[in-house]
Amino acid sequence: MSPRLRDVAAGALPWALLLLMAAAGPAARAADTSAAQQLLRWSAQAGQPGDAAAGRVFFTSRHGGEWSCASCHGNPPTTNGRHESTGKTIAPLAPAFNPKSFTDTAKVEKWFRRNCRDVLERECSAREKADVLAFLQGLQP
Amino acid sequence: MSRVLAFVAGALLLSAAPFAAQADGGRRMPAQVPPAYAAECGSCHLAFPPGALPARSWLRMVSGLDDHYGTDASLDEATVQQLSGWLVAHAGTWKRVREEPPQDRITRSAWFEHKHRRIAPSAWKLPSIRSAANCAACHGRAEQGEFDDDRLRVPAGLDARSRRAFDE
Repeated sequence: MSPRLRDVAAGALPWALLLLMAAAGPAARAADTSAAQQLLRWSAQAGQPGDAAAGRVFFTSRHGGEWSCASCHGNPPTTNGRHESTGKTIAPLAPAFNPKSFTDTAKVEKWFRRNCRDVLERECSAREKADVLAFLQGLQP
Repeated sequence: MSRVLAFVAGALLLSAAPFAAQADGGRRMPAQVPPAYAAECGSCHLAFPPGALPARSWLRMVSGLDDHYGTDASLDEATVQQLSGWLVAHAGTWKRVREEPPQDRITRSAWFEHKHRRIAPSAWKLPSIRSAANCAACHGRAEQGEFDDDRLRVPAGLDARSRRAFDE
């Protein structure tokens, strides 16, 4: 590389980095996990492997409240769901039908926390999460 | 030296650009929407334009996200601060939006009720609409922040009287 070219490149690098940061924005997160990893993680915490059959029952039950997971995500959640109160389209939850599903740890945490409170009025246990992941992983085209 | 100055100026511009306070206060979606707004406020419902509510309504809303109209929409504090700053900077200041609506609901706003006065109350419950919050059922470009009357589409099953509101 000629000195002149190196000079230009060195000058351009911070700009390129800044542009990248500006484009990504503060909310952009990397795909840092997968549904398979999440299943392993919750199974390890629960001390037993996720049970797909139990997960199916959990997913479709109302748990004494007004909503089930399936109320918004659909049953089976392999196609677009619809938010029960707003009507907004929700992308398929089953990983085989949505490559972005369960690929962001912070999002997984956030939505389990919020949605479990909405459906069960409490947070879900590791075992319940493992069961749901096993159920969702079992849904294949 | 001049390159350093240009770099600093550029860095300032770039970092500020996505959240530039244009304090327009109008009804249109601001040109720059923080990615966190689309991600956090646009998952369960449309990412509504900040001009749809006055600043005090937005402030109340973001301070009570753990019980957001019956659902848990809680966020980390940093995101709450970021979004509340943006919402307040772009909150509605035009005539019919100044009054805070009951429960800070956009759909109870004077401007919303006026604009939709010819829609039968029963129409909102149609399966093709489901909720007055589902703007995109009729406003075809709502996801892009456009609510122009000439972009309307008639949802399935709409009664004849309500449909007439679409023709005018």
